[in-house]
Amino acid sequence: MNPNLNLWLIPVLPLAGAAINGFLGKKASREAVSAVALFFCGAAFVMALWVAVRFSTLSLPHQEFVAHWIRFGSFRADFAFYLDQLSLVMLLVVTGVGFLIHIYSVGYMWDDPSYYRFFSYLNLFMFFMLTLVLANNYLVMFIGWEGVGLASYLLIGFWFTKDSAASAGKKAFIVNRIGDFGFLIALFLLIKHFGSLDFDQVFRSISPLGAETAGAGLLTAIGLLLMVGAAGKSAQIPLYVWLPDAMEGPTPVSALIHAATMVTAGVYMVSRSHVIFERAPSALMVVAIIGTLTAFFAATIGIAQTDIKKVLAYSTISQLGYMFMACGVGAFSAGIFHLMTHAFFKGLLFLGAGSVIHAVGGEQDMRKMGGLRSYIPWTFLAMFIATLAIAGIPPLAGFWSKDEILWRAYQVSWVYWLIGVVTAFITSFYMFRLLYMTFFGDYRGVQEQASGQASHGHDAHGHGEPHESPMVMLVPLMILALLSLFGGFVGWGHHFEHFLAPVLGGESAGEAGTSITEWLLMGVSILAAVSGWILAHLLYSARPELPQKIADSLGGFYQTVVHKYYIDELYAVLFVKPLVEGSTRILWQDVDRKMIDAAVNDAGDGAGHVSDEVRHMQSGNIRSYAGWITAGSAVVIAFMIWMGVR
Amino acid sequence: MVPSYVPLSYYLLLSGFLFACGVVGFLIKRDIITIFMSIELMLNGVNLSFVAFAAHWHALAGQVFVFFVMVVAAAEATVGLAIIIAVYRTRETLNVDQVNLLKL
Repeated sequence: MNPNLNLWLIPVLPLAGAAINGFLGKKASREAVSAVALFFCGAAFVMALWVAVRFSTLSLPHQEFVAHWIRFGSFRADFAFYLDQLSLVMLLVVTGVGFLIHIYSVGYMWDDPSYYRFFSYLNLFMFFMLTLVLANNYLVMFIGWEGVGLASYLLIGFWFTKDSAASAGKKAFIVNRIGDFGFLIALFLLIKHFGSLDFDQVFRSISPLGAETAGAGLLTAIGLLLMVGAAGKSAQIPLYVWLPDAMEGPTPVSALIHAATMVTAGVYMVSRSHVIFERAPSALMVVAIIGTLTAFFAATIGIAQTDIKKVLAYSTISQLGYMFMACGVGAFSAGIFHLMTHAFFKGLLFLGAGSVIHAVGGEQDMRKMGGLRSYIPWTFLAMFIATLAIAGIPPLAGFWSKDEILWRAYQVSWVYWLIGVVTAFITSFYMFRLLYMTFFGDYRGVQEQASGQASHGHDAHGHGEPHESPMVMLVPLMILALLSLFGGFVGWGHHFEHFLAPVLGGESAGEAGTSITEWLLMGVSILAAVSGWILAHLLYSARPELPQKIADSLGGFYQTVVHKYYIDELYAVLFVKPLVEGSTRILWQDVDRKMIDAAVNDAGDGAGHVSDEVRHMQSGNIRSYAGWITAGSAVVIAFMIWMGVR
Repeated sequence: MVPSYVPLSYYLLLSGFLFACGVVGFLIKRDIITIFMSIELMLNGVNLSFVAFAAHWHALAGQVFVFFVMVVAAAEATVGLAIIIAVYRTRETLNVDQVNLLKL
């Protein structure tokens, strides 16, 4: 019998923080708000660490029942928590990175008038995210799933007085709704055919089933619908469009929600459902194809972006594509591994970008940066490490996980591998482009700053020249930098994979791990990463006039990339406009105004007209009343006689 | 006992005639006192049929009802006459066509 670990405390602690700050924070001082937020988030982290320490003594999967929720017939969905290797990894990543970003936010958001609101939302997000990763059935997971969507909406639209932020929040929410629709239908199918949503029960009833190789069946349908949900939450083609816009939120939010944790929920969900996917090869193939295409497609967009956060946003989409590629080729543990390392280095990149933005007074356009290396050396160091990590330069974290994915992809099909390597090259290129544009060359933003353009953004507070961020922001950067440096070593010798193997299987993990092919492929991906670096160095450091020339010579194609392949415009024409027009013309003007409103108004008008007529009976003349009474009695008597009442 | 040589229908005809007189007076007269008297006439027309039936069926209930009607009529007369006086004091007329503020 397992000891009771009180797992429920882990999500509920941040919820308490959210409630305290949300209800009482308005009048409290900033110090008090920070203390509450950090305490409850940190407490969750400490509990997660404690659980990790106790982990080896538990019999897995460890489940804890909290309360009844829905029970009818044989179906039951309870508030219950589920702890196994997979949720432990997610738990540590979410609470750890989350706590670091909480600390960072104290510095980043200090001047914001809605300081308490920010931390209340941030803690709320932690609650939902932890519910998501600790859920023991799909329904509780769905609570977390929707909840993080809500928190994401609230935080993207945090500066809601800014029109673009408000609409970005709505966009994120609506696009996610499409994904959730698929997720929900998958849940309905599970209930209908397996009578349960408990992970244990569902997987137990699915395990004996064979793979649906001969064609698409129930499991394929469920898998594809789950993937629709995952594509919405994790910003995959075709539902990725919300993530770049989500950069309207404060930068710590982009780091926490839109890079490190929430957007990886889809990967977690697919990995959690690997039992289903493994028996639905066509669904798995769709996952792999979507992941691969997304990785490549988003990376190409990233090349031409000039907004530092937009580059990182597309990079996030691209890296998520890698994770789905891994899941799609059956290497779920490699996907989770990349999820973890990505949380480190992408969180670091965003926090670094936040520090850069902070340093230059809210400017996000990289064309107005440059040469910041000497102004903000610590941030530069952190960003440099993160860039090396994401580019896949050994021995940093990104290298291990990305290489693992590419190797596993190669075993399934060289096409995935090839696109993956090309994407790795592009990734390396645009990341070093970002680095060179931001930190090298001459500072290009002085004039704007000096002329007192205070309308740049939120934290423009009288900047003279770029300055380094306070310690409270730098320390999380340093910790994440260390994790990005060394976090990859947990994958050394497939340790990470073996750790996750009881959950995710993966015994097929090519034990021929030392074969020449693997070394060769590793060499190729290192080569791709390094050549991306060199190319970026050539274009953006050695010969800075070249990119413009190349862009000019490419002409229309370059413009297409700059405009993100006009996907937003395409969606606007295909989906948004018909929806808006249809709603306006048909639903509003025809149905609502001409039918529903008209029915109500006509009923009212009709009653008015009838009353107008009937009103004349009430003359006030006593004799006319007497006449009506008499006539009425006469009618009643006539009726009684006619009906033969004796 | 009602003498048996006067049939019930005679009483009822008289009762109906009295009631009809009351209705007509109620409808065509303008003077409020006359209208009031017409109402009394209708009540007494009904009373007559009550008593006639009571005698015919040897049932006392009809006679008891008549007493009730008379008591209520007396009370009504009191209240009604008081209202009439009040109306006259304010309107200085008893013509009902000029007392038409009931709709307000």
